Amino acid sequence: MTRHRSAVVFFIAPFGVLFTLFYLLPIGYAVVQSLFTVERTGTFGPAREVFGGLVQYQRVLSDGPFWASVGRVLLFGAVQIPVMLVLALFLALLLDSGLVRGRRFFRLAFFVPYAVPGVIAAIMWGFLYSPTLSPFTPVTGAVDLLSADLVLWAMANVVTWVYAGYNMLIIYSALLAIPPEIYEAARIDGAGPARIAWSVKIPLVRPAIVLTAVFSVIGTLQLLAEPQVFRSFSSAVSSTYTPNLTVYSTSSIPNFNLAAAFSVVLALVTCVLSFSVLKATSRGGMGR
Amino acid sequence: MRARIAAMTVLGVCTVYFLTPIWWLFVSATKTRAGFTSTSPLWFADFALIGNLREVLTYRDGIFLRWLGNSVLYTAGAALIGTLLAAMCGYALAKYRFRGRELIFNVVLGGVLVPATALALPLFLIFSRAGATNTFWSVFLPSVVSPFGVYLARIYAAASVPDDLIEAARIDGAGEVRTFVTIAARLMTPALVTIFLFQFTAVWNNFLLPLIMLGDERLFPVTLGLYTWNTQVNQVPQLRGLVLTGALLSVVPLVIAFLLLQRFWRNGLGTGAVK
Repeated sequence: MTRHRSAVVFFIAPFGVLFTLFYLLPIGYAVVQSLFTVERTGTFGPAREVFGGLVQYQRVLSDGPFWASVGRVLLFGAVQIPVMLVLALFLALLLDSGLVRGRRFFRLAFFVPYAVPGVIAAIMWGFLYSPTLSPFTPVTGAVDLLSADLVLWAMANVVTWVYAGYNMLIIYSALLAIPPEIYEAARIDGAGPARIAWSVKIPLVRPAIVLTAVFSVIGTLQLLAEPQVFRSFSSAVSSTYTPNLTVYSTSSIPNFNLAAAFSVVLALVTCVLSFSVLKATSRGGMGR
Repeated sequence: MRARIAAMTVLGVCTVYFLTPIWWLFVSATKTRAGFTSTSPLWFADFALIGNLREVLTYRDGIFLRWLGNSVLYTAGAALIGTLLAAMCGYALAKYRFRGRELIFNVVLGGVLVPATALALPLFLIFSRAGATNTFWSVFLPSVVSPFGVYLARIYAAASVPDDLIEAARIDGAGEVRTFVTIAARLMTPALVTIFLFQFTAVWNNFLLPLIMLGDERLFPVTLGLYTWNTQVNQVPQLRGLVLTGALLSVVPLVIAFLLLQRFWRNGLGTGAVK
């Protein structure tokens, strides 16, 4: 039964048209482009696009640097996401514990970095890491944070700095939504603050933690601004350092068909991974 | 008591971690080029903020000011229109029953999982086929679309607009659009602010799209502009001071706005996370 048909069309059509043009169409177009390949007759002959089937995907699969970059961001995520989320959870629990004065101040102070866009945060930290300009020269003079060994973790720190407070805020708002009577019951049973945090609060804010985890996984695989900016501070960051950098540098060669195949594979990997995080964290595994 | 001291210490250390870079940026932006390398990085020396600001704003005929303006249009403009469209669509998905409703919602939900950067390259290819790359619209139009906004709008509309109220408005003879504008949109306002903020940050942080789409620096958002300045620092040392002062100038209004609107983040995130 569809009453108000014209109203429904009026409400949905504007978004629907733009969504189709700038979401569905590009996805379809990327898939189509990835199935073509550019052929030349002779070395300097005119280029023409011919259907190549899965040729580009074969190239993607056998592209060592691309998979190395995927491995790099997975390693990055495996370390950075847990560290950041544990920090965010810990800070949220502290703020919610009743031990702290000036909660409002701390909440705001931790949230401030989120207002700094990734590019600008990366530029700032690039200066802070630099051996000569940094305010922390005792550290940066002794250890080269921009060397090949450490630059990945230097970037992990930038991402943590920007997003830890934001994730803390998500978890903290979930904590505020818990009715206080629940704690009352636990207290009567003799549970202390640490025990309440561990057995009552954390399980109750689990959906919020899952949400932050999924957002973080998607963000990690899309890593672009930080490595792109760090390329001007450190020679250790190559043009294929992360998957998105690979897409960008492949498209500026230009090899659009291969870049399109990279994009499609990257989008698929992202979907699969964020979906499995969602599954793994929301269904048992960790006891509940 | 001991627990309280420990907790305050931890929070104090974290405050230092989160605020020191911002403090450093502020102090650095007040220094002359000579003072930047020769004086203590975390404290003021020769206070040259006004001169630095003037230099940033007038460098190359005030291109920085233009970048700031572009950023406002790209982010605030796209987020404003995007929020309106998402609100309309989410409202319709929550409050009307029609064929294909679940299908549309699921397709939009799938769109949430597709990362914006995966779309940048294909968007570039499509716009270049239409001969429209390197234009304002090539960055603006894709930024308007926010599937996550629709998802949130549907949740909020379902939770905050009672069916009885819509029915009552109909009985009073109000048209559907009028009901949306005068009743539903008003009830959804706090949620709409949250959607706006989400989309605003998404557009503001989307670096790949302008990077890949724009060649003319007169169209750059401020992030891309500062990025290009930063890549030229080695050739043009003067730019280092401009990058720092420019970064401060573009971050300060955002920090203030985010702090003032912080309760909308909390409310919205609370609702979003509980679902």
